[in-house]
Amino acid sequence: MMKNIRNFSIIAHIDHGKSTLADRMIQYTGVIDERSFKNQILDDMDIERERGITIKSQAITLPYRAKDGNVYILNLIDTPGHVDFSYEVSRSLASCEGVLLLIDAAQGVQAQTVANLYMAMEHDLEIIPIINKIDLPSADVEQVMEQIDSQLGLDPYGSLACSAKQGTGIEEILEAIVQKIPPPKGDSESPLASLIFDAKYDPFRGTIIYCRIFDGIVKSGDIIRFMHNETTYKVEEVGRFLLTRQKKEQLSAGDVGYIIAGVKTVSDVNIGDTITLDRNPCHTPLPGFKEAKPVVFASVYPIASDDYEDLAVALEKYKLNDASFSYQKDSSVALGQGFRCGFLGLLHLDIVQERLEREYNLSIILSVPSVRYRFTLNSGNVVDIDNPSYYPDPMTIAVSEEPYIRATMMFPERYLGAVMKLCREKRGDNSALNYPSPGRAELIFEMPLAEVIYDFYDQLKTITQGYGSFDYDMIDYRESDLVLLDILVNGDKVDALAQMVHRDRARTRGLHACERLKEEIPRQMFKIAIQGAIGNQIISRTTISPFRKDVTAKCYGGDITRKRKLLEKQKKGKKRMKMIGSVAIPQSAFVAILKSDQT
Amino acid sequence: MQPGIYIHIPFCISKCHYCNFYSVTSREYVPDFLESLFKEMAMYRDQFETFDTLYIGGGTPSVLPAEHLEELIQRIGNTFDLLPDSEITLEANPGDLDATYLTALRKTGINRLNIGVQSFDDAVLSLLGRRHTGTEALAAMEASRTAGFDNIGIDLIYCVPGQDMHGWMKTLDQALNFNPEHLSCYQLTLEPETPLGMIYRKGTAGLPDEEREYDFFIKTSEKLEDAGYIHYEVSNFARNGTFASRHNQKYWDHTPYLGLGPSAHSFKKNKRWWNHSSLPAYIHDIEQGKTPVEEAEVLTDDQLRLEALSLGLRTKKGINCIDFNMKYHVDLLTEKKEIIAKLKDGGLVDIQNGSLSPTRYGLAVADSLSLI
Repeated sequence: MMKNIRNFSIIAHIDHGKSTLADRMIQYTGVIDERSFKNQILDDMDIERERGITIKSQAITLPYRAKDGNVYILNLIDTPGHVDFSYEVSRSLASCEGVLLLIDAAQGVQAQTVANLYMAMEHDLEIIPIINKIDLPSADVEQVMEQIDSQLGLDPYGSLACSAKQGTGIEEILEAIVQKIPPPKGDSESPLASLIFDAKYDPFRGTIIYCRIFDGIVKSGDIIRFMHNETTYKVEEVGRFLLTRQKKEQLSAGDVGYIIAGVKTVSDVNIGDTITLDRNPCHTPLPGFKEAKPVVFASVYPIASDDYEDLAVALEKYKLNDASFSYQKDSSVALGQGFRCGFLGLLHLDIVQERLEREYNLSIILSVPSVRYRFTLNSGNVVDIDNPSYYPDPMTIAVSEEPYIRATMMFPERYLGAVMKLCREKRGDNSALNYPSPGRAELIFEMPLAEVIYDFYDQLKTITQGYGSFDYDMIDYRESDLVLLDILVNGDKVDALAQMVHRDRARTRGLHACERLKEEIPRQMFKIAIQGAIGNQIISRTTISPFRKDVTAKCYGGDITRKRKLLEKQKKGKKRMKMIGSVAIPQSAFVAILKSDQT
Repeated sequence: MQPGIYIHIPFCISKCHYCNFYSVTSREYVPDFLESLFKEMAMYRDQFETFDTLYIGGGTPSVLPAEHLEELIQRIGNTFDLLPDSEITLEANPGDLDATYLTALRKTGINRLNIGVQSFDDAVLSLLGRRHTGTEALAAMEASRTAGFDNIGIDLIYCVPGQDMHGWMKTLDQALNFNPEHLSCYQLTLEPETPLGMIYRKGTAGLPDEEREYDFFIKTSEKLEDAGYIHYEVSNFARNGTFASRHNQKYWDHTPYLGLGPSAHSFKKNKRWWNHSSLPAYIHDIEQGKTPVEEAEVLTDDQLRLEALSLGLRTKKGINCIDFNMKYHVDLLTEKKEIIAKLKDGGLVDIQNGSLSPTRYGLAVADSLSLI
């Protein structure tokens, strides 16, 4: 019964209590008992918990008996919170009819509150403001209500107050979900149209597809078709997400649930794709599909070359659960055998790196990330290159092109001047300005992707004091004056530190790289010269002066063991560095080059 | 070379502000301690046989009356074979060295004195918490000579807060005037659990920075070598090179040594063990008929190799790469060719007759040299 279903999401500024509220609702509706209650169930990866962000969306179904006596199926869909995953967020929100916009009673409306609101508005969702943490001594509910009115343009009297931590106000929230969020619309009699908003790998069952049914019915035995992929599978099982998966006979219009259909890896599934029935397909796929294509590329190498096989195994396993990650074999003169990987953005890259290190216990080094450039050679051949190692001989290049994006930024109008300036600095072009609502500016710019991956988002957040939201689409390739910036350490070219850059940027990037490496590479017993070069021309240089005194004065009976233990520790630390010639370069140096001075 | 024996005398009249060696200031337990020490000695009768160096350190061994020291040396001779030409060193505080005591010491068999002078500057001495003045130190040195000691070592400390290069050079000049056989010049190490360590943390104003430390280290080396001393280990200088401490050398080349007394360390083959840093615990264990060992470690080949490298590269002699390869199966000159070439270019090491040895500048970074 569609009228008894509510599909919703919780959106909030970081630390405003999203996970705690979700947990309380789970607990309140009795999906889980007190004893097995584990904090922040929705974030089930350590990294997510530590970074305070939910990387992969998840869903849970909460059966709730409302005051009107009816049982409602409340489907809570959790969303990730970073621009690298904004497409996944949009697919999750597309699966909802409403959102709870959570605001900390002590902190009030914050940047991400606003950015999230804008996003929910784009999807025409019912928005219920929730003021959380009212138990805090510094809570100021009235002030927050005033902000809801003046800063968000929402009716403050529609808001609810709660303390997720203490579990107060939870029932009122559940009632509001039932009363205010509209039930899904759809037709179970129509051909199946189901939106994939997430996919997870299960070692026993293959890929678990998370989906929202808009029209029609799906049940086990059906032959389903992924409309974008044009692949077909036989459904093995459908069901709902309670605390664990709960098998159901069928999913029908309005439902949120899972489909298991013998899909081997998550890479065989595209987030945003439409599932329909093979024998009775829907007329058109659901709108909004985009292929999640990697746009940032970097090579990953094991620090110890013996670990290459382990890295290969880890990547293979990792890939099972991350469809937007891609990799292939690669090798570097400086760093040996490794893999070239594609990522959705720099955060995605950070997460992959961290997970490989943490979950697979590998020590790895990443080369300087790059976008994919296009070169038309004198011969007429066109090559796409994302790895500086394959930069063509400059003499053979007829035309260089770089990828452009259309960046859409939303922020309070007062930041307009500063954001315009930033975009121009980043070689932005063809701007357009809209005011979707009073005081709220939407600025559109066409910009080189390379500028965006460099440090754009961090800078945007800084100059808008966190209030700016940002999303982008790839548009096309445009002619550009590119050069290869080499980095030399004690005269040796380090291919993993090379970058393809716009000629106008080369000098600044070269200086920046030298400075950053100077900060990251520990002083050694001899001088280390770091240079940036284009071809044979040195464009930047710096020197790391050697340390000259480190010896401890005494070394007799009792000192020897202590000394050795210290040396053993230092040796271990050194193993986590990569030797380039006789210079030990720490992992952090490779990433530092791409980070801006401000972060 | 024969093994060496070290005796830790855990008594001091007062605690110096920089020192973290184990000692107590009450001498109440001297008789109990000596009794325990003799028993402990006997426990090692089967494991050690012959010694050719004896080092009596502490603590302040010179707080013991000469007859106790004499008895101690005789006991060692009775328990083990202490070779006739053994180097027998006593660490002494200048405040204890008067003519009578020195004359008595001459009869004990002690043939080398290591005097903890530390400085001739009374301001420095008071900051360090020493119980003697510079003048008293000079007098003690002279009295030792007069008493007939012909192998005298002087300990000095530099990079003391507030000390400038001029002051330190003056101290060195005063030491050189005396023409000692041996000089140990230690850069002050701020041990966290000592009064000085608690007052001064790294980076505190008044403490020298790395460049200053380097200047002190190099100038000390230059000055003493110009005066005819050989800088044979990071902190040690020997007149003409002939007066290097035979005992200390054993710590640096994995020669076996037996350490007796609280907190003393011993080493044999691939095993190192050390006693309780507590006089009551030490006495208690021995009363129970146990060796008073707090902990022991058996070194792996990797650990032995790392130690050999780090200890060897702290000495001017350096590492004989052929011996090293035989013992530890690493051909340094081949496997570390690139970095060694770099270090040689930088003037940090020399290679001669198959030996890899640190230069004066290399000694200053010896901690890192062993990480190549």
